[in-house]
Amino acid sequence: MSQVPTELRDEIPSFEARPEARDRGPIDWTGLTSVRTAKSALEIGTIVALALVVFFGIEAILRLTDTPDFVLPKPINVVKTLVGDFGSLYAPHLWVTMEEFVLGLAIGSTIGLVLAAVITQKPFVEKVVAPYIVAMVTTPMIALVPFLRLKFGFGLSPIVFAVALAAGPMVLINAATGFRRTDLAKIALARSYGASTFQIFRKIRFPLALPMIIVGYMVGSIFGLLTAVGGEMVAASERGGLGQRLVFFSSLVQMDKFGAVILIIASLGVGIYVLFYFVGKRWASWEA
Amino acid sequence: MVLEPGPAEVLNPAAALVVAAGNDRISVVGASKVYETKTASVHALENFSLGVRDGEFVCVLGPSGCGKTTLLWAMSGLHALSSGHVLLDGEPVTGPRPEKIGMVFQDANLLPWRNLGENIAFPFEIKGTKPDRDRVAALLAETGLADFEKSFPRELSGGMQQRASIVRALAQDPAVLLMDEPFGALDAFTRDEMNLLLLKLWSESRKTAVFVTHNVAEAIFLADRVVVMTARPGRLARTFVIELPRPRTVEMTFEPGFIELIQEIKATVEGGGIHGLEVE
Repeated sequence: MSQVPTELRDEIPSFEARPEARDRGPIDWTGLTSVRTAKSALEIGTIVALALVVFFGIEAILRLTDTPDFVLPKPINVVKTLVGDFGSLYAPHLWVTMEEFVLGLAIGSTIGLVLAAVITQKPFVEKVVAPYIVAMVTTPMIALVPFLRLKFGFGLSPIVFAVALAAGPMVLINAATGFRRTDLAKIALARSYGASTFQIFRKIRFPLALPMIIVGYMVGSIFGLLTAVGGEMVAASERGGLGQRLVFFSSLVQMDKFGAVILIIASLGVGIYVLFYFVGKRWASWEA
Repeated sequence: MVLEPGPAEVLNPAAALVVAAGNDRISVVGASKVYETKTASVHALENFSLGVRDGEFVCVLGPSGCGKTTLLWAMSGLHALSSGHVLLDGEPVTGPRPEKIGMVFQDANLLPWRNLGENIAFPFEIKGTKPDRDRVAALLAETGLADFEKSFPRELSGGMQQRASIVRALAQDPAVLLMDEPFGALDAFTRDEMNLLLLKLWSESRKTAVFVTHNVAEAIFLADRVVVMTARPGRLARTFVIELPRPRTVEMTFEPGFIELIQEIKATVEGGGIHGLEVE
C-alpha cells in the first residue's frame, strides 16, 4: 500500500462508485425474477395476438397437412377434452401430483433451508459437505424412483421422497449462497446496539439472504415438479398422477388427452414461475 | 487515573494538560492492535493513547490504513485490542455499550430492505425498547427527512442516507457519538452541508464526539481538538487544539489562519508517513 496520503487532496469532489455486481452463486438465476410485466394495451394486445396465432396456426397447419391426431393432436381437440373431461379424467390425477409435489417441496425445502443456515456458520463444515450437495443437485432424482418404490412401496411416499431430494438441495445451494453474504458493517451495526447472535441472524443475515432463498425455492419448485411427474412416469402406481396419465394415454395412442395433460403440467410450471415472480417482487425488490 | 502521555503530547503542552486533566469520559491507554494474516502480522495501532473530555468534539485524522477505524471500533467495543485498554467513564470497555455509545458508520450503512423509518427503528428493536417518536420526528424534521420516512435507502441520495444514519444514532440519545468517516463517500459540496448540519445537531446536545476522517479541512472545521495519527502502524503524531469560535461558519475555512493550519497539519501527516516507512 502506498504511504503517500493521497486522500488528503480533499478539494476534488468524489462521487460514489457504482456498486459492484453481487456474487449470485454458481448459477445466476436472478434473471428469472426480474422480468418486466406487460403494462400498456399494446403490449397486452400483442401477447394475446401471438398466443392466438400460435394456437390457430398449429391448428391450420395440422388440418392442411391432414396430420392424424395420433401423430400430433389438434389444439382444438386438446382443449375440448381438457375442458370437457377435466373433472373426470384429469382433476383426480392433478391432485395426486400436487399432493406429492407440495409435501415433497415442503419437507425438502425446510431441511435445505435449515441446513444452509447451519453449514454456512462454519466454513470447515461447508467445505466437507460441499461435494455431497453438488452431487445431489446434479443427480437426477427421477433415477432413484424405481429404487424408492421398492423401498417404500406403491403409496405416496416414494415420490414425495424424490421431490424432497430434488428440491431440497436446490434450496440448500442457493440459500447457502445467500447466507454466505455476510456484510460485516451491518453485523457491526447490530452488534453496536447489543444484538445477540440470534438477533443478528434474524434481522441481518436472514433478510440479506432472502433474495437468494426465494431464487432457491423457485428453482427447487421447478425441479420438484419435474421429479414428481417424471417419477410417476418411470414407476407408476395405481394412485395415478399426471405422469402416470402421460404413460397411460400415450400407450392407448389417445394423443389429444396426452396433450391435455401436457398443457396442465405446463400451466403448473408457469403458475410456479408467476407465484415466485410476485414473491420476489414483494420480498426481494430492494436488491433489484 | 494515571495516563502515560505520548511523546507528541509532551511536545504540545496544551494537549498534555488536557490529557492530564483526568476527568475524561473516554480514555484510550497504550492501545495496540496487531492483525495476524496468513503471511504477516500487521500492526494497525501502536501504543496509542487519547483522552476525550465530556462534551468535547475530537477529530482523529490520518492517512488511510493508519488504524483510525481500528481505534474507533476498539473504543466502541466492537473488537478487542491486542494490548492496552479503553475506559468509558472509568470502566473498561470489553464489548458493545449500546446504552452509552452511538456509532455512525462509513457509507451510511442503512439496511436496504428497510425503509427509512424502519431503519431508524432498528436500534430500538434490537434493544427491545419503545421508539421515542417525538425525538425521532424532531430529528427527521431537523435533517430535512420528514417526508422520506417511507422511502427506501436506494431511493435517497448519499447525503440523505448519511443524514438518516446520523438520525438513527442520535435517536438513541447516546452520551458518546463515535463517527467513522461518515462523509467519506460524499462529494465536497454535500460534505460541507453535512458538516454544518452535524455541528448544529451537536451544539444542541453537546455530546462527547469522536470523529474519524482523512479530510484535514473537515477535521479542523468540526473539532475542538484534532489528533493526528501517523501512517501504519498508527501512532499519535501530534495533537492540535482548534481555537476557532463556535458556531462555526463556512467562511471561517477561507481565512488565512485556517489555511495555515491545514498546511501545518498536512506537513505533520506527511512527516508521519515517512516515519512510518522507515519503521517498516
